Amino acid sequence: MTKLINALIAEHRACDDEFALAEKAVADQEWTKAAELCRHFVQSMECHLRHEEEVLFPAFEERTGMTSGPTRVMRMEHEDMRQLFHDMEESIKNKDREGYLGQSETLLILMQQHNMKEENILYPMVQNALRADQDNILAKIKSIAV
Amino acid sequence: MNSKTGLSLTQAPPISVPLRFFLTAPLFGLAAAILFFWFGPAAIETRWSPVTLAITHLLTLGFLLMAIIGAMMQMLPVMVGSPLNRPRVLSTVVHVFLCLGLLALACGFLFTNKILIIISMPSLAAGLLLFAGAASTSLMRAATINATVTGMRLSVAALVVTLVLALIVSTGHAWSWHVPKTITNVHMTWGLVGTVSLLIIGVAYEVVPMFQMTPAYPGWMKRRFTTLLFIGLLLWSALYALQSNGSTLMTVLADLASSFLALWLLVFAVITYRLQGQRKRRTPDVSVHFWRTGLICLGLCAVLWVVSRLWPALDNWPRLNMLLGVLMIVGFAVSVINAMLYKIAPFLVWLHSQHLPGSARAIPNMN
Repeated sequence: MTKLINALIAEHRACDDEFALAEKAVADQEWTKAAELCRHFVQSMECHLRHEEEVLFPAFEERTGMTSGPTRVMRMEHEDMRQLFHDMEESIKNKDREGYLGQSETLLILMQQHNMKEENILYPMVQNALRADQDNILAKIKSIAV
Repeated sequence: MNSKTGLSLTQAPPISVPLRFFLTAPLFGLAAAILFFWFGPAAIETRWSPVTLAITHLLTLGFLLMAIIGAMMQMLPVMVGSPLNRPRVLSTVVHVFLCLGLLALACGFLFTNKILIIISMPSLAAGLLLFAGAASTSLMRAATINATVTGMRLSVAALVVTLVLALIVSTGHAWSWHVPKTITNVHMTWGLVGTVSLLIIGVAYEVVPMFQMTPAYPGWMKRRFTTLLFIGLLLWSALYALQSNGSTLMTVLADLASSFLALWLLVFAVITYRLQGQRKRRTPDVSVHFWRTGLICLGLCAVLWVVSRLWPALDNWPRLNMLLGVLMIVGFAVSVINAMLYKIAPFLVWLHSQHLPGSARAIPNMN
């Protein structure tokens, strides 16, 4: 089962890299580059969030019957993140360096404490619940790309 | 799979639970600073003066432990997947006992008042044991056993050892009988190398790579490091106690054990410093500066200790103990705890206001 979990954790790390690149460009006020990098970052994040919301969570909910438990909280945090993506893109449009850096700092903590919960708590639960289906789920995830 | 751990993701404690500790911690820090201003250099003449004892405990119990308890109440559900039972009641009771006990202890030291010391003993014991009991229960139920959970478990165990030794030392202050300095030194070491360092190391495994975007700590370190530090502490305590009989062999062995502890902390400082040098996030970050200042102080403290074991002239230098204490408590622990508070406190406030009804769009972000 680690194949599936490792793939999801790798997505977290890849998004982190893109986050850092975009933030650096904004800090240096290279706005064209920043817009491009931020768009990449948001796309990768959106893709990862869809992997969870459209494939992983429904499969987990169906298997365990837990629809109002951990996956509900994760979905709520995804919405908080999407709000910040939107704010960050607005800041880039307005060339608002301070605004962006405040939002990205907030997003970083939100995102990492979220990843921590997923990697330490939710993914191990998923691993137990969906042991038999992993190849199937992984294939479905791969079909959703940026 | 335990359904309780699953539910825990929804059970982040109300913001009042950690915030009461985060709000009192700086007040005790301020009290320590005021005492320091008031008494000036006299406050750092010797470890044993009443004002130094008061300042030390205001910093360790009042600032460090207060912030640590607040952070653990918040982090246990997030990092470990196992919240504390009845967090509101628990945090209220622990907080009240801790504040009263610490005020009594600090004033007891400052005014050499035995009654106040006697009052502080049951109060601090009740507060800390209650917290240690609740944290242990939560850590035993942890959804995943990783290096951070191990570090936290050992840190809580060290807290209990520190407290028991503190109570023994306090009976000396309260009833004027002579408690050997050996016990005071063992108490202090369990507090600083045990409770504080074990916790910081355990938490660093998660916090440094994720929030500062550094590579992960090496696997060998995560597997064994905190356990070896804890065993080293036990071993050193036994040898150090035996050394007080005047045996040369025991002195050499105790020095070897304490040097091992110091070098072990130096390894942590060097590895963390190097990881932070490789961080992917290149924007300036005050929290990273606090961390690095803390790590440099920890490294200096460790080197100074080992050199003083080998070089008697340094060991006999009257200011050595004070310098070690300041490097460890203010330089290392206060800096690193500040680094964490700079991130946790604004985030919790942001998260809280994000979900308040009617607050829709006008929420300040973390900066």
